[in-house]
Amino acid sequence: MAAVETSESAVKSSIDTASEPIIRMTGVHKWYGQFHVLKNINLNVQPRERIVICGPSGSGKSTMIRCINRLEEHQQGEIVVDGVEMTGNLKNIEAVRSEVGMVFQHFNLFPHMSILDNCTYGPIWVRHMPKKEAEDRAMHYLERVRIPEQANKFPGQLSGGQQQRVAIARSLCMDPKIMLFDEPTSALDPEMIKEVLETMVELAETGMTMLCVTHEMGFARTVADRVIFMDFGQIIEENEPNEFFSNAQNERTQLFLSQILH
Amino acid sequence: MTTQDQAVQSYAPGEHPDLPAPMLTSGPLFWIKENLFSSWLNVVLTVLTMLLLWAVIPPLLSWAFVDSVFTAADRNECRELGSGACWAFISERFTFFIYAFYPAGERWRVNLAFILMILALVPLLYDKTPYRKYGLIYACFFPVLAYWLLLGGFGLKEVETHTFGGVMLNLVIGVTGIACSLPIGILLALGRQSNMPVVRMLCVVFIEFFRGVPLITILFVASTMLSYFLPPGSEFDLLLRVLIMVTLFSAAYMAEVVRGGLQAIPKGQYEASDSMGLKYWQSMRLIVLPQALKISIPGIVNTFIGLFKDTTLVLIIGLLDLLGLGRSALADSKWNGLSTEIYMSVAIFFFICCFGMSRYSLYLERKLETGHAR
Ligand SMILES: Nc1ncnc2c1ncn2[C@@H]1O[C@H](COP(=O)(O)OP(=O)(O)OP(=O)(O)O)[C@@H](O)[C@H]1O
Ligand SMILES: [Mg+2]
Repeated sequence: MAAVETSESAVKSSIDTASEPIIRMTGVHKWYGQFHVLKNINLNVQPRERIVICGPSGSGKSTMIRCINRLEEHQQGEIVVDGVEMTGNLKNIEAVRSEVGMVFQHFNLFPHMSILDNCTYGPIWVRHMPKKEAEDRAMHYLERVRIPEQANKFPGQLSGGQQQRVAIARSLCMDPKIMLFDEPTSALDPEMIKEVLETMVELAETGMTMLCVTHEMGFARTVADRVIFMDFGQIIEENEPNEFFSNAQNERTQLFLSQILH
Repeated sequence: MTTQDQAVQSYAPGEHPDLPAPMLTSGPLFWIKENLFSSWLNVVLTVLTMLLLWAVIPPLLSWAFVDSVFTAADRNECRELGSGACWAFISERFTFFIYAFYPAGERWRVNLAFILMILALVPLLYDKTPYRKYGLIYACFFPVLAYWLLLGGFGLKEVETHTFGGVMLNLVIGVTGIACSLPIGILLALGRQSNMPVVRMLCVVFIEFFRGVPLITILFVASTMLSYFLPPGSEFDLLLRVLIMVTLFSAAYMAEVVRGGLQAIPKGQYEASDSMGLKYWQSMRLIVLPQALKISIPGIVNTFIGLFKDTTLVLIIGLLDLLGLGRSALADSKWNGLSTEIYMSVAIFFFICCFGMSRYSLYLERKLETGHAR
């Protein structure tokens, strides 16, 4: 990943740690029925910050980032996204969701719409953008993820990696302030992982605020400003990537890293 | 020349001569061999089928067409003219079977309503209709237009609904039922999945009630019991009651068919549309329902066909639909003993309508195919 290495210094841009965090989670708890999934999560994310979240399966990573756009509801604590507190208020939820893009493990493209329509329907229906403008914008982002020639196909006709890049373009068309990624590459073959990661690195270079649940440690090393390790529904350790990988403090983290880095 | 010789022999690009296709790998003979005589079991089945068709079709054709009589004054004349079907009876009653007791001078209104209905159906059913948008707007107004044409008022002579009958009655009940039960069924299906307990419970009770009671019972309720519940003296048209009951009955079935489709939509689709900030109704209309309805097309059309055939049940409460008129025509002493012709005609009418719906649903399924759903 030569392209990725050279851009490292450019990517790690200065983050204004003094400014107001764009995501603030304080004392968040969540239960699935009787099962306590998230335990006292405290996390502040600055604008333009890029965070990688890792941890063993079932540790609550997905649940945590899904709480940020309230695909999951938390029962205790406070989550403030872009100045809006996430409560049951539907208006607020919709407002926040339109500012927060999300990319899923299984892409979740809409199979009955063409690639172009997948990308334009959000701007048209949520942002009330004229169709022509939405299409221009969609083509712009499809070019950025390097698949403009697929615009008129249907998702079922694309490879997994192409579908995931469309999913990224679809989110970008909404002009989000924050992008959430939930294991975007773990359903893909190695070759496709590379093309999706490259797209994500390019996105990081533009200064997008990103939260990625991923086990791609190469990506974490080059792009992340901070790596977070979760286990048992808690944030066990967080650090900037070099420190995190070379000098993990917690033994759970060390164990996890030794397994994942071989 | 062996195959090896052929492989070795090479031609410059474009020089290779066109060889004839090997015998029996294409053409009708090949098809027959592959499909009808490919194995012993297949040969036996083919021969048996041929024999059966041979036994049934020629006599049927000669009864219906060759020996049949198309014009005659009564049954006896029919018998003298030919030994086959006596279609003269049907042609004498033809207009009666269609319009029943609708005043003769006003029948152009029924014809006009029918033509307008076809005009409304074209843009609804065929998405390449020119000016489809206007066609759809027109289709929305068609019910009002049809109501006015058939019942009169506003300058047209008023016609009572008890004069409705025959094919026209079947079409009025069938089309109204089909047009109303789909949207109501969709709402019920969505309501049954709602996370508001009251809405959910109301929908479940409604669906289970209408599915749990035979349509005939519901029609009896419509014809008799409703008058107990209505304030005394209030007049509530019988046809209207039947329409409401038939619609609600099929809406309950429709709701379950659509619910099946809704459950087949992966959770990720809801999450993806939610995470873009679409409102509930937007994500239903744009994302979930198009997919769910597509999956449910066979079931939906099945319900439509069932509903259309069930329109004959109104005979039980004294409305004379096509089947009812046919049965009462049997009592005519001038034409006695012609039940085969009557029932055959009724069957053909229903078959054409239902087969048409079935074919359309196949066309629609094929058109909406967009490759693998994920
Ligand atoms: N809808 C649910 N109902 C009940 N329990 C759930 C539900 N979703 C997740 N869980 C449980 O919550 C825990 C955390 O799940 P989560 O999906 O957040 O884990 P994860 O860290 O994302 O794991 P993975 O790496 O496998 O995706 C798991 O033990 C899971 O079994
Ligand atoms: Mg997960």
